[in-house]
Amino acid sequence: MVAGALTLGSAACGTAVADPGVRTIHIPIHYSAFELELINARPGETIRFVLENTDPIDHEFIVGDERVQLVHEEGTEAHHAPRPGEISVPAGETRVTTYTFPLERSSLIFGCHLPGHYDYGMRGTISVR
Amino acid sequence: MRHPRRAVRYITVSALAALFAIVPAASAFACGGLVTPNGTVSLLRTTTLAAYHRGVEHYVTGFSFAGADATEVGSIVPLPGVPSDVIKGGDWTLQRLIIETELNPNVGRAGAPESAAFAADATVLFETQIDALDITVLEGGAVAVGNWAREHGFFLPPDAPEVLEFYASRSPIFMAVRFNVERADDQGVQEGQGTPVHVVIPTPNPWVPLRILGLGREAGEIVQADVYLLTDRRPATLPVAERSNGDLSQPGIVQELSEPASESLMTDLRSDRGMKWMPTSGMWLTHLRINTPAEELTHDLAIDASGYDQPDPIAAGFALPIPDTGVRSIVWATLAGGVLVLLLVAAAARRRVVGTPAI
Repeated sequence: MVAGALTLGSAACGTAVADPGVRTIHIPIHYSAFELELINARPGETIRFVLENTDPIDHEFIVGDERVQLVHEEGTEAHHAPRPGEISVPAGETRVTTYTFPLERSSLIFGCHLPGHYDYGMRGTISVR
Repeated sequence: MRHPRRAVRYITVSALAALFAIVPAASAFACGGLVTPNGTVSLLRTTTLAAYHRGVEHYVTGFSFAGADATEVGSIVPLPGVPSDVIKGGDWTLQRLIIETELNPNVGRAGAPESAAFAADATVLFETQIDALDITVLEGGAVAVGNWAREHGFFLPPDAPEVLEFYASRSPIFMAVRFNVERADDQGVQEGQGTPVHVVIPTPNPWVPLRILGLGREAGEIVQADVYLLTDRRPATLPVAERSNGDLSQPGIVQELSEPASESLMTDLRSDRGMKWMPTSGMWLTHLRINTPAEELTHDLAIDASGYDQPDPIAAGFALPIPDTGVRSIVWATLAGGVLVLLLVAAAARRRVVGTPAI
């Protein structure tokens, strides 16, 4: 399934089939760490993120600026329905989300905001250049 | 001359308590670091007796009820082997040890420092109840035990996957402990009231898990615990405990006491429930005080009470065990081949000597 992969800010989850025009980035999660710390994206680019959680605990993948990260860090949502740049990744499972980056240059953050995870280091940078 | 094969009989040791917090429901307890759903950590000092006598480890620790209105917290304790029994601990063993070391004039003048993450389901080896505690002994890899804990309501902090694997790679045995709130209420268990648990573990390779005490804590947070060792001989530890300077705020793993257990202590402990295994005399008492930042507690405590002073670096978590398959087979095959070659060389040399005419 590829849901809205080409529209701005859209996201999809599940076992998606890659759109040939969409770059796929595989991000393993192990020991409560994203195994990628820096992602480079082009303005307006759509990227299909494949999150593979090998841990026996749940994680999540939230894309956004500092304000978005703060909202999630202080929020109370235990699980995220697939929304643009927001997806829960249950223990031992793989989830896919597709995100289209803004047209302007920016520096975004991806992170996990389950209790204690962000402070533990579950975060990375997305450079949109 | 001491026989090497007997060494394991005297190795000391134990297990400690670890804690994985439980999010749902109410009730809780402690012994180590507790993590509550909002991420705060209750600093509670752990007191544990880890004794080793005739190849059997006796691990005694207490779990305190945090009240029905508190957020439920449970513990998962890594063990060095499969317990032969889990019983209610004595009523005064831990308290008596504290009294012994608090009153001891020698405190502060201690002697010289002397599975891989397989993902199959965890196996429940046995379950039991001790007063209001529900206890489950599990066997499984890090992922399997983590999955079991999560599915049974334990909240695992973000460092849990790595810590679980740290233990499972050496011993895939864990004990999950939690209070049953209804039974606690029926039994009139009061908030703060402790329930001692005594785990009997036949094992040739005991150790005291320390790293687990830092679970869920922030890097700089101080972990504090008292570990009492009772062994047949004076133990050697890895890492080596530091000498006490008499300052209770001294950081590190500090040896507060190391001396023959007094007759009065032995008598008092033997008279407690489940402590008849103790000999009437001849044991060595060691009191170690843990006072170190969680980020530095990346190891366990290996103890060798055999007299050889060679605590096992694998037991301390400084080295990984050789996996069961592959490498271990190669090592044994290589060693066997080497021995065979030596025997053949020796036999050939002997034939040459025998065949050489005497002059």
